[in-house]
Amino acid sequence: MFMIVLKSILLMMFILISVAFVTLLERKILGYMQKRKGPNKLGFKGILQPFSDAVKLLVKESLLLNLVNLMIYLLSPVVILLISLFLWVTYPSFLGGLEVSLPIIFILCCLSAGVYPILGSGWSSNSKYSMLGSLRAVAQTISYEVSLAILLLSLVVVNSSFSLKKLFSDSMLIILILFPIAILWLISALAETNRTPFDFAEGESELVSGFNTEYSASGFVLFFLAEYSSILFMSLFFSVLFLGSVDLFLNLSFLTSMLVILFIWVRGTLPRLRYDKLMELAWKIMLPLSLMYLLLFTGVSLMIYIFSV
Amino acid sequence: SVVFLLGSGVFIMLIIGVMLSISPLLGSKQISEYDKNSPFECGFDPMGIGHLNFSVRFFLIAVIFLIFDVEIALLLPLMVILSSSNMMIWGVLNLIFLLVLSFGVFYEWWEGALDWKI
Repeated sequence: MFMIVLKSILLMMFILISVAFVTLLERKILGYMQKRKGPNKLGFKGILQPFSDAVKLLVKESLLLNLVNLMIYLLSPVVILLISLFLWVTYPSFLGGLEVSLPIIFILCCLSAGVYPILGSGWSSNSKYSMLGSLRAVAQTISYEVSLAILLLSLVVVNSSFSLKKLFSDSMLIILILFPIAILWLISALAETNRTPFDFAEGESELVSGFNTEYSASGFVLFFLAEYSSILFMSLFFSVLFLGSVDLFLNLSFLTSMLVILFIWVRGTLPRLRYDKLMELAWKIMLPLSLMYLLLFTGVSLMIYIFSV
Repeated sequence: SVVFLLGSGVFIMLIIGVMLSISPLLGSKQISEYDKNSPFECGFDPMGIGHLNFSVRFFLIAVIFLIFDVEIALLLPLMVILSSSNMMIWGVLNLIFLLVLSFGVFYEWWEGALDWKI
């Protein structure tokens, strides 16, 4: 009992620390990609930057705008961080911890429930920019969730179980078979976490800061943490599903970090196109493709079943 | 396992609560000015009401998403019962269901519901 509590506390602590360092990683990598150095003044080559960022954000003046719907405004960042951190308890590791039954469904539920705080935050900050940003973010998230779910179902049908331990392969060769699904999944994950080239929610040149325009210090911290924690989780999930990382070998952290760097690399490289192109990609390209892959993999699983019985 | 979830939930809420309450305590005193407290609109006074008019295209996207989400919810049990069902029935059922869904996507495409227009 005590061990369970300790494990959950340690898990959350380590995730939050990792998220802090992912923000530093992103700033340094984006800096080097743009021929400049990222933050390197604090600590050794900038290692203490996230902590000073956290301190700065927490002692900022936290404004409370008039005309703001207080309850939803204050609760939305809390709920989205809660949901993003809940995603993490589904990961089965031999160190024990949680064994959620039907983890795939739990993950899909968490991703879908993460839409509500975005909507709430945009609506309750009584500003047109926030409303627009949140509507666009919500429409984008729900569009890509459909193809994400169908792609996950393609993996589920071959293993005939929702448990993550069966879905995790042991060798990297699995990506040769699942290559198209992996690519589609990566694109959906990029769109789910509102990352460039899909970061229309906070398109910096378009809408000031999207749905967190009206949030000052503490709310912004929570949104930020939620976004980076879902980036980290998506990278972890990709690297164990498709790249065959075995639990807690060095493989796992290395490949997860490589995926995070890929997310950041994509941010520094690709431009942001138009919103209707984003919607077209989701509904006209990825959805039919995902459905067809699901059809293919149901056939594959039927074949496997026939030949194994 | 429910204990784990509840425990981690409680812990996260504690952290979040601490973070949210440190900020007004340690932070600078809030000086309420007209310019700071009004919604941001690039320096001008906010025009009109705070919310947008109802936008049909977002509503349409949400409705289409709803349909496909219900479809996914119906697909979920179908994927895991292969070992405990008649192979032929499972195969045919799956095929017909997915074909009807794909036909639905293509039909909507043809009708123009997936175009991003007004």
